[in-house]
Amino acid sequence: MSFIKFLDKLSDEKALNAKGSRRESLKQFKDFGKGAAIASIPFGLAATSNKAKAATSSMAAAAFQADSTAVLNFALTLEYLEKEFYNIAVDTDGLIPAETKDVFAQISKHEDSHVAFLKAALGDAAIAKPTFDFTGGPGGLSLDTFSNYQTFLALSQGFEDTGVRAYKGQAGALANDNALLEYALQIHSVEARHASKVRRLRGEKGWITGTENTLPEPFAPIYAGEDNTVQGGVDLAGMFPDLGGNNAVTEAFDEPLTMDEVKAIAGFFIVPPEED
Amino acid sequence: MKKPVKVEFSGNSTKDDKRNSRRRFIKLGGLAFAGSSFLMYSCSDDDDLPGPKPPEPGDDVFDLGAGNLGVLNYAYALEQLETAFYKEVREGGYYAGADDNEKQIMDDLYYHESIHSAFFKTAITAAVGEGNEDKVLPDVEFDFSSVDFDDRMAVLSTSLLLEDTGVSAFNGAGKLIDVDAELGGTYLLIAGKIVSVEARHASAIADLMEPNTTAFARDEVLVDVGGSGKAYDKATPPADVLSAVVNTGFVKTEFTANELPTE
Repeated sequence: MSFIKFLDKLSDEKALNAKGSRRESLKQFKDFGKGAAIASIPFGLAATSNKAKAATSSMAAAAFQADSTAVLNFALTLEYLEKEFYNIAVDTDGLIPAETKDVFAQISKHEDSHVAFLKAALGDAAIAKPTFDFTGGPGGLSLDTFSNYQTFLALSQGFEDTGVRAYKGQAGALANDNALLEYALQIHSVEARHASKVRRLRGEKGWITGTENTLPEPFAPIYAGEDNTVQGGVDLAGMFPDLGGNNAVTEAFDEPLTMDEVKAIAGFFIVPPEED
Repeated sequence: MKKPVKVEFSGNSTKDDKRNSRRRFIKLGGLAFAGSSFLMYSCSDDDDLPGPKPPEPGDDVFDLGAGNLGVLNYAYALEQLETAFYKEVREGGYYAGADDNEKQIMDDLYYHESIHSAFFKTAITAAVGEGNEDKVLPDVEFDFSSVDFDDRMAVLSTSLLLEDTGVSAFNGAGKLIDVDAELGGTYLLIAGKIVSVEARHASAIADLMEPNTTAFARDEVLVDVGGSGKAYDKATPPADVLSAVVNTGFVKTEFTANELPTE
């Protein structure tokens, strides 16, 4: 057993001894237990929250549902992209060196789960997987993505950092549905764990400094706006000269991207559907 | 409307647990603090449990508050804990002997958490308005004497515990923010901006401990949602986060969380 596994086991045991968390796990077990069909979970849960109940009786209900569906399909598009990207990479002989195989197998596994979850959440409303071209052809690029490990790493970093910003940008749109908001947050921070690891594999810091972009120039929009220093109306610029200065201020807060900004980035890799 | 939870002054759910945590506290903190300064948190459902009636909190005990103020003070408490920890890390033997890369990471983590703390102090002070500064969580005192700051793995494993706790705490706090209240949407977005940085920290620290393994996003720290696999960070309610924090023995200043929202 590794040291971290040992520590995790200890803290799990501690958590289990706390009454609150046992109650929470029981509740989760009830909600997510064997009996529950995966397809019905997220919206089913949402319907039990007070806010959702109130929403169903309001005029806004229809629009609200449509919004949630659009947000989830947007997330699903990104997860489809990541899933296919990593699935191809881990299956490509000679691409990923032995020492990082476990890293990318783990990331790939997570993206598989996120796709499965979002498809189940959306049910019939789930969009079909687009056709992806990871050379960046649709964006006018011709990247050697699956024959050059460094290119693969760069795109991996770009997708993960974009994913973090994309989910963050939708928090407001999900704010009135506690269950969906929480699931989105739970995915969001896992994408950040991935991003940090991949960045560090590329010799970068795990966190984003200003608008620094080490990917090919067309991907600069992935980091646009990351140099923001105004948080909640307070300009933090210049306030921390002894604490890493403005670089640290920008590192300490990840910034959101709008749906359109993310679609423009993902558009580099999405083959437009053929017109009828 | 967010439903408040009433928190009584009783440590854990059973007398035995309570004795244990008191004993642990004495062992870690020394007799000087015995029984006088530790944080306790439980839920109102415990009201009907047998046992001595807990004492009423005195005027000098800070309560985090209700609604968004309570959530902000709660986040501020966690940021203060992390800030204080990294401050001590940078004064210890591990840091002094660490290679440049690890030193830079410890510096950055100290900077980020210090900036988060300062931000929360400013934001909460602005939110409560002039003359209400007593509603802002004061500087909390910590005791890290149980951590050997000369030992790399001791420092990193404590760091990892704090960062993972931060991630699950912010994920659990998101839905507690009332977005219909003034600046509510802003607070939710800022919580999102901070939680992913905490997750980046957790990933880096785990990877320093066990490089190029699955540690950075390991199954053991993630949970399953709806049978789709362990691919989600935890979203932990404040009651559980605060009792975990109590269990570390790091918090010296007593405060209560009587009115934090629970949904």
